[in-house]
Amino acid sequence: MKQRRRVSVVGVIGELLITAGVVVLLFLGWQVWLGNLISGNAQAEEAQALSQAWDREAPAEPAEPAEPAAPVGPGDPIVQPAPENAVAFANLIVPRLGADYTRPVAEGVNADVLRTKIGHYPGTQTPGGVGNAAFAAHRTGNGSPFYDIEKMQIGDSIYFEMEAGWYKYVVRSLEYVHASGVGVLDPVPQSPGIAATDRVLTLTSCNPVFTADERIIVYSLYDTWFPRSGGAPPEIAALAQASAAS
Amino acid sequence: MYGALWRALPGPWWLRLLLVLILVAAVLAALVLWVFPWADHFVTPQEVTVEQQ
Repeated sequence: MKQRRRVSVVGVIGELLITAGVVVLLFLGWQVWLGNLISGNAQAEEAQALSQAWDREAPAEPAEPAEPAAPVGPGDPIVQPAPENAVAFANLIVPRLGADYTRPVAEGVNADVLRTKIGHYPGTQTPGGVGNAAFAAHRTGNGSPFYDIEKMQIGDSIYFEMEAGWYKYVVRSLEYVHASGVGVLDPVPQSPGIAATDRVLTLTSCNPVFTADERIIVYSLYDTWFPRSGGAPPEIAALAQASAAS
Repeated sequence: MYGALWRALPGPWWLRLLLVLILVAAVLAALVLWVFPWADHFVTPQEVTVEQQ
């Protein structure tokens, strides 16, 4: 007969404390890795579903019989108005953040929108428009769409996929501001009262990573656009094919 | 506490081990599915926008 050990109060408290410590460590692992993996995948799937829906509405036309392609730009981009709050209307595709990086973008920057998507600042331009199109997303938790945003380099491409096609921006500079630095949303960033002539893209997130003391800002300039009928831009064609196939 | 749980479980040692593993898996699933997302709301910075203050 085994001797039956008495359950002591101190023993129970000790085991509870050890359990709490393990749970906290698990939480940290979930927060920086597993949780982001799960919600990041969910966001990528949502972006691919959007992309497929747009493809169904406007299937790519077969290429015209080979005319020597004159180096003519596609003209001014179609600018779609922003939808109602929380409605997804674009995908953000950033090759620097991963070969398969695509995330859905919705109207609004309140907590509910940002929990699952990249948010578009209401009242700012939409992709392709003259002026400043501004977006915000999380850097910790919630899928962390902008976790690596400080790795963006001058000249990097940023694409918006929308119903009408793909809008290409090229990164021009990074800036760090306080949380009250609303000047980054000006039509010409940090220049209140100046009328816009350029098409600017502004991305905001928290900085330093894991804190909210400052904001990191990535400015980009509009480069060109690719109408949906002409197919995806070469740089992200592989990603577009993958979402069409899945 | 855990010793008492082990003794409370029925069957031979391998059945107890199996039951313990199932219990641990259930607790982990509950943590990941519900508790951590809820706790995350209080821990991580939620402000990523610039705002007039």
